[in-house]
Amino acid sequence: MSYVPLTPLDLALAAALLVVNGAISWFYRLQLERSLAVSAARMVLQLALVGLVLKLVFAQTSPVWTVLMGLVMVIAAAVEITSRQHRRIAGWHVFGLSAATLLFIGMAITGLGVGVIIGPDPWYAPRYLLPILGMVLGNTMTAMSLVLDTLTETAHRERGAIEAQLALGAHRFAAMRHVLHVALRTGMMPILNSMATTGIVALPGMMTGQILAGADPVEAAKYQVLIMFLIASATALGSFLAGLAGILLLTDKRHRLRLDRIATAH
Amino acid sequence: MLRVEHLQVGDLPPLTFEVADGECLAVEGPSGVGKTRLLRAIADLEPAHGQVFLDGAECNEMPGPEWRRRVRYCGAEPAWWTETARAVFPPAARLDRLLHSLALDPDVLDRPVAVLSTGERQRLALARALIDEPKVLLLDEPTTALDAQAAALVEELVRFHVLSGRNAILVSHDSSQIERLAHARLLLPKTTPSGATPGECAA
Repeated sequence: MSYVPLTPLDLALAAALLVVNGAISWFYRLQLERSLAVSAARMVLQLALVGLVLKLVFAQTSPVWTVLMGLVMVIAAAVEITSRQHRRIAGWHVFGLSAATLLFIGMAITGLGVGVIIGPDPWYAPRYLLPILGMVLGNTMTAMSLVLDTLTETAHRERGAIEAQLALGAHRFAAMRHVLHVALRTGMMPILNSMATTGIVALPGMMTGQILAGADPVEAAKYQVLIMFLIASATALGSFLAGLAGILLLTDKRHRLRLDRIATAH
Repeated sequence: MLRVEHLQVGDLPPLTFEVADGECLAVEGPSGVGKTRLLRAIADLEPAHGQVFLDGAECNEMPGPEWRRRVRYCGAEPAWWTETARAVFPPAARLDRLLHSLALDPDVLDRPVAVLSTGERQRLALARALIDEPKVLLLDEPTTALDAQAAALVEELVRFHVLSGRNAILVSHDSSQIERLAHARLLLPKTTPSGATPGECAA
């Protein structure tokens, strides 16, 4: 395997491309310059850091460090879900349910993909485990925040219809059925779209990476197929669990709609 | 009998009152005082301190849905969640008769709810609230969208509901309607934003 290493100068050259973003923002007074700078700086810093950390973890090939790294990723994803909500459900519930769901899905799906299907030696080989866990968690995170966001928005919009059903004696899951329906569709749409168009419109990131690193394109495609299936089941599971937990948070034991638990939009 | 004990809704003082079987209680008070919230709290649709008993059973002794099958809130602006109204009604032989007594054609059930008039929707909502024969009917401005004739039909149905030994609480801005239907009245006091109305209110 061989590839052309990048120098700092190469990266600086690429960073200069952000001038385009800055110019558009300046021209239309979008006032995005600040967040553009912060986002770009975060991206560079985070990737540099994760590169260094992964180098360290890969060098150790220790189960303890691998698991620790996985836990950090789960917590980071849960924090991201919590902070992305447009209308937030009050308290730490969303963080708790996100962390628990991501931990479960991360272990189950990555365990299946790496432990059973790929089967590297040793099973905890971080070079396999961590990138796949990352892809599973990243996509599940997106699906879960979409589901929770759609759930609160739709419940807010359809409040009258939900309460009309509750007033007639409907169970909370029955009254929220349509809301859940909308939220689940929204959560599962991205992976369906990307499965249908992958390879035609864009080459997926992991496959591109393997090809750049010198892997056989057909082998890279096989890995991509595997990861797509893992992501599809992980996002479906994540959407479902986030939907059920979201309904429990938006209603109470007396089967009342509790929109008062949602903080006002910020 | 419906009994409300120390029910605390919004800025109102705790309320204690009873509605005997075969009686209709009218709740009156200035706009925004919390009449709708009171009805919603009695139907256990929103949390409130205090207790509500129906025929001796306290609200929390049974699951919320079961309570609401007996204590039925019928809102002022009913919302719909299906394309046509028919899907919302359980199959019942008395449906046609019920619609007839509200001067509604049976075909309103199969027309899209969105194209029905406000008055048709309001009467349909009342029919839906009555179809499974709840014990208590909580009516929030039941005739706002209706002409005098249709309003009279609604009043007739409410009177029939109460006369058959059940209970109703009526919120209405129409004082002559209260005159015609109510056996007792509960006047909610005007509250200050701080909620500094002392004492309890009873009917």
